[in-house]
Amino acid sequence: MKAASPAAGASRERRGSFTTISGRPINELYTPADIASLDYARDLGDPGDFPYTRGIHANGYRGKLWTMRQFAGFGMPEETNQRYKQLLKAGGTGLSVAFDLPTLMGRDPDHELSLGEVGKCGVNVTSLADMETLFDGIDLGGITTSMTINSPASMIFAMYLVVAEQQGAAWESLSGTIQNDILKEFIAQKEYIYPPRQSMRLITDIFAFCAERVPRWNTISISGYHIREAGATAAQELAFTLRDGIEYVQYGVDAGLDVDTFAPRLSFFFNSHSDFFEEIAKYRAARRIWAHVMRDRFKAKNPRSWQLRFHSQTAGVSLTAQQPYNNVVRTALQAMAAVLGGTQSLHTNSLDEALALPTEEAATLALRTQQIIAHETGVANLVDPLGGSYFVEKLTADLEEEALAYFDTIDRMGGMVAAVETGYPQREIAESAYKFQQAVEQRDKIIVGVNDFVNPEEEPIGILYIDETTAERQLAKLNRVRQTRDNGRVRAALDALKQGARGSANTMPLLIEAVRAYATVGEMCDALREVWGEYEETPII
Amino acid sequence: MQKIRVIIAKPGLDGHDRGAKVIARALRDAGMEVIYTGLRQTPEQIVAAALQEDADAIGLSILSGAHMHICPRVMELLHEKGLNDVLVVVGGIIPDVDIPKLNAIGIKGIFLPGTPMQEIVEFITRNTHSRVGF
Repeated sequence: MKAASPAAGASRERRGSFTTISGRPINELYTPADIASLDYARDLGDPGDFPYTRGIHANGYRGKLWTMRQFAGFGMPEETNQRYKQLLKAGGTGLSVAFDLPTLMGRDPDHELSLGEVGKCGVNVTSLADMETLFDGIDLGGITTSMTINSPASMIFAMYLVVAEQQGAAWESLSGTIQNDILKEFIAQKEYIYPPRQSMRLITDIFAFCAERVPRWNTISISGYHIREAGATAAQELAFTLRDGIEYVQYGVDAGLDVDTFAPRLSFFFNSHSDFFEEIAKYRAARRIWAHVMRDRFKAKNPRSWQLRFHSQTAGVSLTAQQPYNNVVRTALQAMAAVLGGTQSLHTNSLDEALALPTEEAATLALRTQQIIAHETGVANLVDPLGGSYFVEKLTADLEEEALAYFDTIDRMGGMVAAVETGYPQREIAESAYKFQQAVEQRDKIIVGVNDFVNPEEEPIGILYIDETTAERQLAKLNRVRQTRDNGRVRAALDALKQGARGSANTMPLLIEAVRAYATVGEMCDALREVWGEYEETPII
Repeated sequence: MQKIRVIIAKPGLDGHDRGAKVIARALRDAGMEVIYTGLRQTPEQIVAAALQEDADAIGLSILSGAHMHICPRVMELLHEKGLNDVLVVVGGIIPDVDIPKLNAIGIKGIFLPGTPMQEIVEFITRNTHSRVGF
């Protein structure tokens, strides 16, 4: 090894450790010796060829740019509908729905835990009536929609299908994504309702239903984003996300599905953090690992089952409340990493998101950041421009090796559901989060504007305030729905749902009937709570 | 020397617990007795925990924007139970305009993103002195 002989270089080096944001030591220089064992055909392949390290499309972004998909939602469905129309007018190419916490947790606005939360972190959707308003004047047959919804994914997806039907759009033609990734909720974001095994059943029900009825829909977005935000390192994000993917495929296969009927509709969602090269290597490693997992572990035959497609979002956790304009720069660099890593779609955060939900101006600037990368920097002219870099290839191989070691550990525990039940990934992440915080406190890691280059005289910027009457207005709307719907039909649909949940019926058609009867998210989730109970975690600090 | 007893709580529906857990650990490492309530606690549950644990301080972690609903309710319940000397601090995403309103209802410490852990440790130590009798 030629590089990084500490004794020789130490006297000339800056203070501080030369590590990635994940704490990975980095050499001074990388050379052909670092990638001596790399075999081009076996380990990289051309873009579009197994194992897809260099990308899943032969011509990269020359055929089609990534989808610029800005996550948005706040307040009433009426307000969010206006924001969507504005984003589409500004050149956004897909919608992405942010729901509020009551919706995400399957609670109606009149539940005690909904106090102060209605419409705050996203849009409130209580019944089909809200979904009709949310997509009013937007052609669901003509756009793709991503919905960040997990525990009540089936209920919200059922609402989307019914609205599409009302608009005259055939389910077979619909395209979009539901996040529907419950494992990362247990691991990181903690928006779970039911115990893990029952939650997995809802997911395999969706796989089976969509394979038959909504074949172009991405049934799950297996997410590392939240795992990273919770404090995981890049390697942990990679490992836990892909191991979650293995778990879903295994559950699908165990439920009797042929792997090639549902695997092509699996998609992934990664964080794009601040350590530029580590992120690019992470995406490349993810594609290579997944191709092998699907071909070798699950014996999938369809090349589309081998190809890892992913959405990415710049790192919310890296945004600072101090000197918020610095966040524009952070986001641009993070977005560039996602593009150089070959993302299929991208959300760029707004500069004010450490303070509140973004204003319209801030959200537009975030979209413009992507447009500048796409049309002005030249990076979309060719595929995988960093392929062959000694450093990037070495980093890709190292991340892959670390992820595979985690796979072994989790396999030995009996899989990810079992690992989650013992709190293993939760502990690993909490440990990394604490270590990072200590590195910041000790100023081993510098965050500009926070622990260095501080400006004590900051002018506050204008932020978005959510109208405090949202809860009241949504409550009034809910009461109107309850008065005008056929409550007998609602009761019958909820009884049928409970009956189905006790047995082995697919829950999707039962939920679609409940949605048509205008049953609320809270009512549908409560019906299943009655049958399956609720999950409570043992907190680990 | 008697240890400072702190309840760290996550009220509301939000599950983003990175901050709460990092702070809980920092306070514990600083020698305090930390009781982490876990997620989705109602104001009633938080105050009941403070009473039962004879807490010197309560730290609320709120990122969802529900603070102007949750904090007044917690303060009201503390007064009802006669727990007027329990120090209440809040950490999370709190817009500038809400800070004086929270101070006015008796919340002494409000810690925004980027606050060093040491600052929070020192604040709690300083403001619980009279109670724990250093």
